[in-house]
Amino acid sequence: MKLVELQKKFAQALMAPLVPGGVPAPAAGFIKPNAHLTARERLEIYRRSYWYRLIDSMHEDFPGLRAVTGPRAFDQLIRAYLADCPSRSFTLRDLGSRLESWLRAHPEYAGRRLALALDMIRLEWAHIEAWDAKEERVLGPEDLLEPGPRLKIRLQPFVRLLALDYPVDKLRLSVNAGEHETASNLVLKKVRRRIGSAARMKPRRIYVAVHRLDFSIYYRRLSVEEFTLLSALRDGRTAGAALASCCRASRLPIDKLRARVEQCFATWAELGWFSK
Amino acid sequence: MPANRFNGFTDYGIGIGLRLAHYDHILKNRPVVGWFEIISENYMIDGGRPLAILDRILEQYRVVQHGVSAYFGSAEKLNREHLKRLKALVKRTKTPWLTDHLCWGSVDGTYSHDLLPMPYTFEAAKLTARKIRQARDYLEVPIAVENVSSYAEFHVSEMTEWEFLSEVVERADCGILLDVNNIYVSSRNHDFDPYTYLNSIPADRVAQIHIAGHSKFQKYILDTHDHPVIDPVWKLYEHAIRRIGPTATLLEWDDRIPSFEEVHAEARKAEKYAPALSALSTAFNEAG
Repeated sequence: MKLVELQKKFAQALMAPLVPGGVPAPAAGFIKPNAHLTARERLEIYRRSYWYRLIDSMHEDFPGLRAVTGPRAFDQLIRAYLADCPSRSFTLRDLGSRLESWLRAHPEYAGRRLALALDMIRLEWAHIEAWDAKEERVLGPEDLLEPGPRLKIRLQPFVRLLALDYPVDKLRLSVNAGEHETASNLVLKKVRRRIGSAARMKPRRIYVAVHRLDFSIYYRRLSVEEFTLLSALRDGRTAGAALASCCRASRLPIDKLRARVEQCFATWAELGWFSK
Repeated sequence: MPANRFNGFTDYGIGIGLRLAHYDHILKNRPVVGWFEIISENYMIDGGRPLAILDRILEQYRVVQHGVSAYFGSAEKLNREHLKRLKALVKRTKTPWLTDHLCWGSVDGTYSHDLLPMPYTFEAAKLTARKIRQARDYLEVPIAVENVSSYAEFHVSEMTEWEFLSEVVERADCGILLDVNNIYVSSRNHDFDPYTYLNSIPADRVAQIHIAGHSKFQKYILDTHDHPVIDPVWKLYEHAIRRIGPTATLLEWDDRIPSFEEVHAEARKAEKYAPALSALSTAFNEAG
């Protein structure tokens, strides 16, 4: 048997969904048994290792989604996802990159909580991307010597903007607190109650910037004006065009809007969100 | 013998794996450590905390890169994106040599994230060696390949594992990262004599040694890196040092990681078998 053929057979058996009893014996026909283990048992060592490694990785990356769906449905969802979308990257960091599009195509795995689940996936994926995204040179005063409508300001890659239909940011922070809480049982119970209320969460449009500061990830709520302005800058539009789109999206009187934009720019600059 | 062309003619002593759990301790207390081994893939990213920590570690310590996903034994071509990122990291760390595993793990661009066992065939040896040469030419750094723990053997194999390892490294003209714990684990899983293995490999190609702990199950042993090194593995290590000479040695501890002091103390047990390594480790730190 050629190397390529053997590896394809092995990978096919390895990645076949975990079922009670394991793979059928013929699937392990290329493996030699020994005095202690059959060929199938030897293959099973690798299969379990493969599946549990990937499942663990998804648990680590999407605790908020688990809170939304509940542990049992989450387990079914990620097993189905991994069967359809095995890793296409050398790093497990990218394992959940196709989860949002996959769930849109397989809404049955989220049931009535589909929209909520999709929002949580978007937030958690933005979290992963913000964590290790590049930090470009921060915009300095020397870059603003000739400000004007044609000025181009770029948003740092570690700032991810999201428009969400559910306030999943708070739920995700509760999950985090539940994971890391070492205080009293009373505090832990409160956190669990908040997580448990995910099912009853009402839709409410929110805008969030998922960003990195001092190597930690933060979720910062944005107004519609802020979101529109930042999105335009992210998409490569000039400062003038971004401000114009912000004006169009806002219902605030122009004076108030100008004051707010000035304040926001100062804050964003302080957070290091801009690069040239 | 420790300094050779496969480890960049370096004389590194005893090192330990750089792990997230120990970042704060290392940066705060600056312990005397010969060198750190990093998992390359953890730092093949664009930014964020891991790279910032790495840069601080590089200011004070020698670092060697160890990879887990080059998959030299996969029948498919090398992943260009992987190599590009790996080269950027090599430039950052200035690693004198680079290691990865003698295994496969991907098919048609789909990744298992595991170190899967090779069939010990001449076809596989030829292909693997060619890929190691290609990677070395691109990365411009010596490469050493590590023998993996395995739990399966194939009907198609034409030679023993140690013959296969020798065949690959001779064809690729590369080094060996000799993992004595993996030899022990595989010897128990496949019923061979680990000393025959040690006596059969080309000693002059050993660039580095790995030691680690493992977990014993009823019918097999699993390479878990979550325990101290057991005595039979230390005995194998002693034998390896006698045959190869005092070689850069690294303790791997990847799961249920204890305190830094405990991991370091476990690694320094190697000094008993290779006293020369102790002097090499401390000399660098004193000079630094």
